[in-house]
Amino acid sequence: MKLVIAIIQPHKLEAVKRELEAVDVNLMTVTNVVGQGRQKGVTEIYRGAKEAGGLLNKVRLDIAVNEAFVEPTIAAVNRGAHTGSVGDGKIFVVELAECIRISSGERGPMAIG
Amino acid sequence: MMNSGDTAWVLMASALVLLMTIPGLAFFYGGLVRRKNVLSILMQCFIIVCVISLQWVLFGYSLAFGPDLHGIIGNLDWAGLKGVGAAPNPDYAATIPHSVFMIFQAMFAIITPALIIGAYAERVKFPAFLLFTLLWATFVYDPLAHWVWGKGGWLKAMGGLDFAGGIVVHVSSGISALILALLLGKRVGYNHKPIRPHNLPFTVLGAALLWFGWFGFNAGSALAADGLAANAFVTTHTATAAAGLTWALIEWWHNGTPTILGAATGAVAGLVAVTPACGFVNPMNAMFIGIIVAFVCYAAVAVIKGKLGYDDSLDAFGVHGVGGTIGTIATGLFAEKAVNGTGADGLLLGNLHQFGVQFLMLVVTIAFAAIMTFIIYRIVDAAIGMRVEEKNEIIGLDLTQQSEAAYTVIE
Repeated sequence: MKLVIAIIQPHKLEAVKRELEAVDVNLMTVTNVVGQGRQKGVTEIYRGAKEAGGLLNKVRLDIAVNEAFVEPTIAAVNRGAHTGSVGDGKIFVVELAECIRISSGERGPMAIG
Repeated sequence: MMNSGDTAWVLMASALVLLMTIPGLAFFYGGLVRRKNVLSILMQCFIIVCVISLQWVLFGYSLAFGPDLHGIIGNLDWAGLKGVGAAPNPDYAATIPHSVFMIFQAMFAIITPALIIGAYAERVKFPAFLLFTLLWATFVYDPLAHWVWGKGGWLKAMGGLDFAGGIVVHVSSGISALILALLLGKRVGYNHKPIRPHNLPFTVLGAALLWFGWFGFNAGSALAADGLAANAFVTTHTATAAAGLTWALIEWWHNGTPTILGAATGAVAGLVAVTPACGFVNPMNAMFIGIIVAFVCYAAVAVIKGKLGYDDSLDAFGVHGVGGTIGTIATGLFAEKAVNGTGADGLLLGNLHQFGVQFLMLVVTIAFAAIMTFIIYRIVDAAIGMRVEEKNEIIGLDLTQQSEAAYTVIE
């Protein structure tokens, strides 16, 4: 089991969701986050004072998948979120130690899908 | 001779001036602070309305406008509004009930200490704020209102012109704001730059309500529904529009983009500057006042404040102190008897004397407000302690002073 964490542009969320559904990945947790990458945030101005390095809005998707779905999930996020410019975001893949479905008590790969 | 039109207008104008403090100023300031302090601003504005209204009825009105003692202060004959009823008082307004003049003036006494909140926002104890406000209203606002507007007041007797409170309201509160910002010191984490506002839509909403309410403040100060009120209304609107646009254009040129916070701040600066002048100048000069004040206040807020390093958190001094000063001097320049026969001609019409009187009034107000604020601060600081503990400042005033939070994160 792996946890795929995708940080994407907020306006790409719908496209990424469509691509994930197309490869039968339907379960995810989505949060609004702020951050900065190579593009170094934005400059904001309040009453004439410039504030550099303001963080940019991003969307984070947490997707838990079984091994067979890891590469299709990565590919789907890429298809939905890629434009080729800085700021497109990142995908992190981490090992998932356990997964428990609260309603039934199922554990492990059975509980993910 | 009572006039029902005048009475109706001044009653309505009184309600408009109340709207300036709550919700106008409360939301203008509330949007500018961090989310952990927004309720403290709303509370301070709201409680000032309650406390100063009672102070005014009990003894404040009598101190400011009651029978004169040596040009310095009113006596307590009108304490508890004794004798202040339906019969007009021709010394102030011959065509409306005395009680209507009193309640109109009450709204001015309320908003003045509320303006100072902008300097000490996000770092004072609530009880200290209460005591400071009550002492400041009694020992700064009431005497100053008497000097400039009270029958027998010494600055009024000299011929000083302040149509709607550029001196009494804005210079007094603005200078006191600067002194408090210096005495209190910076907010934790303040580093020569404004802290990011938490809700600019609130601030713009507040600025728009201030603009709307200011018609009561300025045009209501004619104390009649007449041509002078109309002139004040038109000059107020013209100066405000000019200042809002000018500020946005300065930003565009200086920073590359215009901002809504800039346009709103400029508009408030325009309202402040035209306040002493609105009943004495013509609309074209009002437009000029609006343009000038945008340049000067922009320099004060965006350039000079950062260089000097004091933390006038929401620019109470930079907008009200500086804007009120510009307006008071502009009144001495542009006033004309053709606009208001009871006023005077200004320097541009050859009257150097009036310009000198305006300047003297300014210097006296700055000195008086600064010294008294210093003394009152020292008293309150010794008695209660003005500033919250650093730990509480970091947590925020909403939770530490009021035990409540404006926004829930989780249901």
